[in-house]
Amino acid sequence: MTNIDTHVGATTHAQGAGSALVISVGQWITSSDHKKIGRLFIGTSLLSAVLAAVLGLIFGLERISPAHMEIFHGDATPQMFALYQFALVFGVLAPLFVGIAIAVVPTQLGARSIAFPRLAQFGFWAWLFGALMVDISIIGNGGPGGGATDLVDMYLLGVALAAVGLLAGSLSIATSVLTARAPGMTLDRVPAFSWSALVGSIATLLSLPVMIGTIIYVYVDHTHAQLIFGGNKGINSFLGWSLSQPMTFVFVIMALGVLAEVAPVTARTEQPLRPIVLAGIGIISTAVLGAVTQSAHILDWAGTNSDKAKSTLLHSLFNGLPLLGMLVVVLLSLLCLKVGTPRVTASFALSLLGVLMIIVGVLGNGLYTFKSASLDGTVFSEGIVLYIVYGGLLSALGALSHWAPLLWGRAFDNIKLLGLALIGLLGTILASFPLYIAGFANQPANIVMGFDYDGPVALWNVLTGLGHALIVLTVLGFVGLLIDAVRNGESVSQEASA
Amino acid sequence: MTIALPAAPAEAPRRQILVATAIASASAFMLIIGMIAMWLKFRAGAPTRDSLDGFKIIKDWMPVSVKIPEVAANVMFTTFPVGALMAQWASYSAKRNDAPHRSLALAISFLIGLAIVNAQVAVYSQMEIGLADGQFQTMFYAITGTMLLLVVGGMVFSLVAFFRSVGGRNNDTDLVNAHALYWYFLTAAFAVVWFVVYVQK
Repeated sequence: MTNIDTHVGATTHAQGAGSALVISVGQWITSSDHKKIGRLFIGTSLLSAVLAAVLGLIFGLERISPAHMEIFHGDATPQMFALYQFALVFGVLAPLFVGIAIAVVPTQLGARSIAFPRLAQFGFWAWLFGALMVDISIIGNGGPGGGATDLVDMYLLGVALAAVGLLAGSLSIATSVLTARAPGMTLDRVPAFSWSALVGSIATLLSLPVMIGTIIYVYVDHTHAQLIFGGNKGINSFLGWSLSQPMTFVFVIMALGVLAEVAPVTARTEQPLRPIVLAGIGIISTAVLGAVTQSAHILDWAGTNSDKAKSTLLHSLFNGLPLLGMLVVVLLSLLCLKVGTPRVTASFALSLLGVLMIIVGVLGNGLYTFKSASLDGTVFSEGIVLYIVYGGLLSALGALSHWAPLLWGRAFDNIKLLGLALIGLLGTILASFPLYIAGFANQPANIVMGFDYDGPVALWNVLTGLGHALIVLTVLGFVGLLIDAVRNGESVSQEASA
Repeated sequence: MTIALPAAPAEAPRRQILVATAIASASAFMLIIGMIAMWLKFRAGAPTRDSLDGFKIIKDWMPVSVKIPEVAANVMFTTFPVGALMAQWASYSAKRNDAPHRSLALAISFLIGLAIVNAQVAVYSQMEIGLADGQFQTMFYAITGTMLLLVVGGMVFSLVAFFRSVGGRNNDTDLVNAHALYWYFLTAAFAVVWFVVYVQK
C-alpha cells in the first residue's frame, strides 16, 4: 500500500464556487502539500518570533528601572515570562526547523511527498491550536501561577497539544528519511540537512513524550487534587526543564544541518570528511540524555577526587558532547571554505553566524552549570536561551534564503540579506550578552521589579531591549525582502537550490 | 520524433507504516518510562516513619487502606503477551496470504484489548479509591489511565486492520506487521507498569 499523496495541492473545488481568496484559503487549510504545510509552520513561527521579541523588549524596558517601572502587574509578570519562554522555544525554535524540514526534506530525498502528509498537516494544526490555547490561557490569568484554575488546565492542555503537533511533524520527517529515499540513496548518502532532520526528529520523538508524561501527571493532579505538584504555582518547577537546556539543544540539531548543507554550496566544492560531519551532527543528539533525565547536571568540584571525576564525567556527557558535535560541524564547514572557492552568500553568513551564536549559548550553559559560578536563578539562563533561540532563528533564516528558489521560486537579494544578517547578529548579541553580564551581577531571573545590584542595571537592560527590537526588525525585514522577491524578483529554477 | 509512453509512477515507499509504528512505539515507550521515573521519584521521596515496634521503617507511599487486586493485575499481565501472540499470528497469516486466519487473529487481538480494558476497570472498581484521595491515588490513576489509552489505541489499530482485512486488502502485510509491533510494544510497556506500579507498588 502507499501513503504518498499523489494529489498534493490539487484543486478540489470547482472554479466559481466561491471567490478565489476563499478557495485559496481553503486549499491552504486542507492542503497536504508538504511545501505548503512547511510554509505554514515557518510563517507562524516567524510571527511567534516577533511576539517573543516584543515580549523581550517589554521585559527589557521594565527592568531598566526595577524600582519604578511596571508594565505587567502582580501575577501577570511570571505568567508573561512563561509565555515568553514558551514562545521562544515551542513557538519559534522547534516549529521553525520542523517546518523547514517538512518543506525541504522530501525534495532532497527525491520523494514525491513527505510520509504521511495528513499527519504532518495534523501536526501543524495541533501545534497551532496548542500554542493559541497557551496564549489565551495566559492572557486570561491561567498561566503558571495564574489565578484562573480552569484556564491553567487549558494552559497544560495547550502545551501538551503543541508538543503532540511537533511530534506528529517529527514522525513524518523521520519516516520520510528512513523510507522515502530515492533508489540508491543509502542513509550515508543523504544530504546533511536531511540527516540532521532525521537525528533531530528522532531526538524530539524520544524527549518530548517525557514532557507529555509530566503534563499528564500535573494535569490530573491540578484538575482533581492539587496535592502533589504545587497547584498553579508548581507548574514551572515540573515543566520548566522542557523550556531550557539541554532540551533546546535537541531543537537546534537541524541548524547544524543547515550549515553543513550551505557551506559546500558556498565554497563550490564537495564537503571534505563528510562522514565526520554526519557523525558530528549525530553526537549533538546526546543532549537527549540530559533532556529525558530532566537535569542539567551540575559540575561540582567539591568532595573527593571520585566525586569530582563523577561530576565532571556527567557534565561532559550531557553538555560537552553536544558542544563537541557542534564544533566538529563548524570546523569542517570552515575547512570546506578553505579547500573550495568560496563566494560571499547571505545564506552562509546567516547559517554560520546562527550556529556560532548557538555555540556561545552552549558554552554559556557549561558555565551556568558550573556550581562555583553561582549563576543559578539569575538572568544568565535567559541569556543562554536567547543565544540558542535567536541563533537558531538566524540559522533558519539562512536556510530559508538558501532554499527560497525551491519554496517560492525566487531568490533573495544577497546584499540586502547580508545587511539583515548583520542586524540579526547584533540583535542576538545585544539581547543575550548583557544578560550574561547581569547574571554575574546576580540579577534575578523572571523578575522585573524589586531587585538591585552594583553596576549599570539600566544599561544592561536597555541593551537587551534594543537587541530584541533589532530581532523584530530582522524578522520583519526578512519577510519584507521575501515579499519583494516574490513580487518583483526574477523566477529562479528550483534546481538552483536543490 | 519518437513518441514514448509516460514513465511509470515511482514505486511506493515500502514498510512505511512499520517504520512509523516502530518510531511511534519508541516514543510512546519514552512516555511510559518518563511517567514511571516520576512515580519512582515520588515514591522515593515519600515520608518515612518508624513502625510501632520500632524495628521497621515504614514508607508512607501507598496508604494501608489501599489494596491492589493482584489477581486482576496479574491476569492483565498475562493477557498482554496473548494479544501480542494473536497479532503475530495475524502477521504470519498475512505473509502467507491466509485471509481468514488473518482476520480471525486481528479480531481476537481486538477482543483481548477489550478484555484488558475490562480488567483495568475491574482493578479500579475493586480498589475503591478516589482520584483526589492522595498522592498515590492520583499518580496511580494518571499512569494506569495513560496505559489504558495506549491499549485503546491498540484496539483501534486492531479494528482498522481487521476491517481492511475483511474488506479484501490482501496486500496489507505492512500494516499487519506494524500492528503486531504495536502489540509487542504494549506488552513491554505494561510489563514495566505492572512491575513498578502493581508489584513493587
